[in-house]
Amino acid sequence: MIDTLRMTAEEAMGLIERREVSAAELHRAYVDAIGERDSELHAYLRTVDEPEGEGVPIAFKDLISTRGVETTAGSKTLSGYVPVYDATVASRCRAAGMPLIGKTNMDEFAMGSSTENSAFGPTRNPWDPERVPGGSSGGSAAAVAAGLAPWALGSDTGGSVKQPASLCGIVGLRPTYGTVSRYGIVAFASSLDQIGPMTKTVRDNALLYRVLAGRDPEDTTTVELPQPVEIPEREDLRGIRVGVPRELNGAEGIEPGVKEVVQRTIELCRELGAEVGETSLPRSVDYGMPCYYLIAPAEASSNLARYDGVRYGLRVNGSNLRQMYEKTRDAGFGDEPKRRIMLGTYALSAGYYEAYYGQAQKVRTVIADEHAAAFENFDVLVSPTSPTVAFKLGEKAENPLAMYLSDVLTIPSNLAGLPGLSIPCGLSEGLPVGFQLIGPQFSENTLFHVGHALEQAIGFDFVPGRLR
Amino acid sequence: MTWEPVIGLEIHIHLKTRTKMFCRCEVAYFEPENTRTCPVCLAFPGSLPVPNAKAVEWTIKLGLALDCQIAEHAVFHRKNYFYPDNPKGYQISQYDEPLCVNGRLALPGPQGDVEIGIVRAHLEEDAAKNVHVGGAEGRIGGATATLVDFNRAGTPLVEIVTQPDLRSADQARRFLQLLRQTVVELGISDAEMQKGSLRFDVNVSVRPHGSDELRTRTELKNLNSFAFAAKAIQREVERQVGVYESGGEIEQETLHFDPGAESAPPLRSKEEAQDYRYFPEPDLVPVEPPRELVERVRTELPESPAARIRRLADGLDHDLAEDLVTSARDRLYERVPGDRRAVANVLMNQFAASGVDPDAVDPEELGKLIEARSRIPREKLTEALAASGDPGFSAERYLGDGLVADTAELEPIVERILAANPGQVEAYRGGKEGLLGFFVGQVMKETQGKADPRVVNELIREKLS
Repeated sequence: MIDTLRMTAEEAMGLIERREVSAAELHRAYVDAIGERDSELHAYLRTVDEPEGEGVPIAFKDLISTRGVETTAGSKTLSGYVPVYDATVASRCRAAGMPLIGKTNMDEFAMGSSTENSAFGPTRNPWDPERVPGGSSGGSAAAVAAGLAPWALGSDTGGSVKQPASLCGIVGLRPTYGTVSRYGIVAFASSLDQIGPMTKTVRDNALLYRVLAGRDPEDTTTVELPQPVEIPEREDLRGIRVGVPRELNGAEGIEPGVKEVVQRTIELCRELGAEVGETSLPRSVDYGMPCYYLIAPAEASSNLARYDGVRYGLRVNGSNLRQMYEKTRDAGFGDEPKRRIMLGTYALSAGYYEAYYGQAQKVRTVIADEHAAAFENFDVLVSPTSPTVAFKLGEKAENPLAMYLSDVLTIPSNLAGLPGLSIPCGLSEGLPVGFQLIGPQFSENTLFHVGHALEQAIGFDFVPGRLR
Repeated sequence: MTWEPVIGLEIHIHLKTRTKMFCRCEVAYFEPENTRTCPVCLAFPGSLPVPNAKAVEWTIKLGLALDCQIAEHAVFHRKNYFYPDNPKGYQISQYDEPLCVNGRLALPGPQGDVEIGIVRAHLEEDAAKNVHVGGAEGRIGGATATLVDFNRAGTPLVEIVTQPDLRSADQARRFLQLLRQTVVELGISDAEMQKGSLRFDVNVSVRPHGSDELRTRTELKNLNSFAFAAKAIQREVERQVGVYESGGEIEQETLHFDPGAESAPPLRSKEEAQDYRYFPEPDLVPVEPPRELVERVRTELPESPAARIRRLADGLDHDLAEDLVTSARDRLYERVPGDRRAVANVLMNQFAASGVDPDAVDPEELGKLIEARSRIPREKLTEALAASGDPGFSAERYLGDGLVADTAELEPIVERILAANPGQVEAYRGGKEGLLGFFVGQVMKETQGKADPRVVNELIREKLS
């Protein structure tokens, strides 16, 4: 009997290598688990019946193009769209022999922090189905947490891997910008989007990152990794300098329960041999949000222009071209994409460009410089991943600004192009709290090392209490 | 008051790279619709552009040939607008950091060179082609549907913008010819208007002579040949002068010509200030051409057509020199022996009409033909020139042999022709000397072109005097 709730991907790999189970049996076990639990959670938008590959299966966020398998990005406008090609990350997983289990739910075009913005209905949190799993990669996070996939891919623009990982009690990596190909990823904000692994353990995460990372000739913004990915083993933090940025840890809106668990984890770093010191990112937190909400919508307004009804996806006919465009886009996009298209179009308009988009790019440089300065003295910076634990469905759905604040702690380092790892570090009010580790560019090995050591020391049980 | 035209050009040329600008689809012109497409040039979700290195190198090459500064840091921008031929909803183009800036092309003229400034030359991708069906052929008016052919989408396109330095319609035409020839000789484009691999728009304004103001301009679009462009510019200049002289003002507008009907008056449209919301293309890193690349390309530049015009014009009419070079016949001209003016004239007239590829011709043999051309009957010469590009062509069999120059043989024929046309003979004697050609023609016909025209000429004059 395969216990999908408890089994890590690494353990599953061992089972297959030792021929204790076949890939087909493993796949079957996850399909059964989905049959059992996903009607409540709605982590998946669709599953694949005929898996290909002899390895550990995987789930993809539904913005990763999969040849022959519908890919909607959570949007009505792409309902029924079946890609004719595989995203590079999909081909890399395929080449590694990983069968696709299915495509997971997400906020439409990755715009949101709760997965409530999916055109196909929300996903629920396996720890408490009254609550959201976070977003936008909420489907992938819920699937991994609920044992519906051994691991999954998400995408992170402002925090869409780290925040749902945090809310669902799993491990999520947002890699250094440029280390994982975006080819075939339905674009939201090109200069920020990165695909990231979502797993139960840090080692699983490193194993999956190793499959994904590296230069792709189809994505000219990618680079070769300076060092190969190391699967972490060390369980101490001797020689590691941990910085605690005041602004990230003292930000308004951090729940006391979250603060307390994070504080304990920082203490744990010290106990494991790390040097811990306070530091500051004076402008990154205050200006990160406004900067992000100019750059990301600006790029989105352009990236979403292709959904015009001419070549694929939804088309609503009109009596002339303009009407066809308007009706198609009105019917195809939900409120959040519309809101961001309007914001972004405005930010790029003649006469406003310098004040908004141009200024935001300058602020982005300031934020990157501040982080670089902090890394002169520290190897990693730490903070809560999300200011809150999982919130209730509908709680923030009507208040976009409150929803945007879910990402206030993940956005600054994302703007700087830096990698970030979220690991579960405890519970508050019975719900998981995520611990964010930020490193300089290409420092994934360090993040895995620190994350793994903490994970071992914390001993967090990633199986949601109600499912144990 | 006299008026001075102020003309600037915006020229688009397709680069003849094997593949498109941002994907690996073949660049093709006459293939079935939508057979040269892929996820990138159809803008499927998630697809990303990868710049064509050859296209970048060739743009640099063009920039160097136009004496431009080559940017050390160039950026692709997105130009955002909705149209069915624009699949991504934006065109990847260049904006404030193009590959080539600040160049010039010296246009040789009878009074020396005129320097035409090049504002910039940048690299972008072409749009798809909208095909309107159901109405008049290819026209949007009356069409019942518009189909889109994406074969052209993503073809590498260089846009060259000149300073408003041109001062006449004819100068604009000559500039276009010279620029076209320059591009063709660089080997980067076939620059054929019929194929659409060269297109251009013209900005026209006028101002009082001696003034340096820039008045409101109009834009001329869809001009389908250099000759027609010259006519259209001339007409527009005269219209603007007329408007000013009758106290009116020129409105900024675009004149869309009908490529199918040159004489049709252009459609006028107000220039709407479009906001393209340019921003740096985040899917691409900046282009930073290595200095070694630029220097290598510089050493590969061939002698420019302008330099050759100057060289040829030394011993030849300027216009003839220019025509030889811009029609790519000057290299043959330089290799054909014989009287310079005669060789040039034959090359630009009878030889040009033959459509023979200058590179296929044996210059020595052609030289013999030209030298003997007055002794060869017209039809025979035409035939000889048409065959001059054939492998192993020899002028010998066209040179005089079979040509009847014997007066004794021709005289009876001449007499017979004159006797058969008494009316014309009387008219000729009455002063209509142009009829000489008629008589010669009749004799040539009678002898199936074998008579030596010079001898026939003399005989007829003699008989009729």
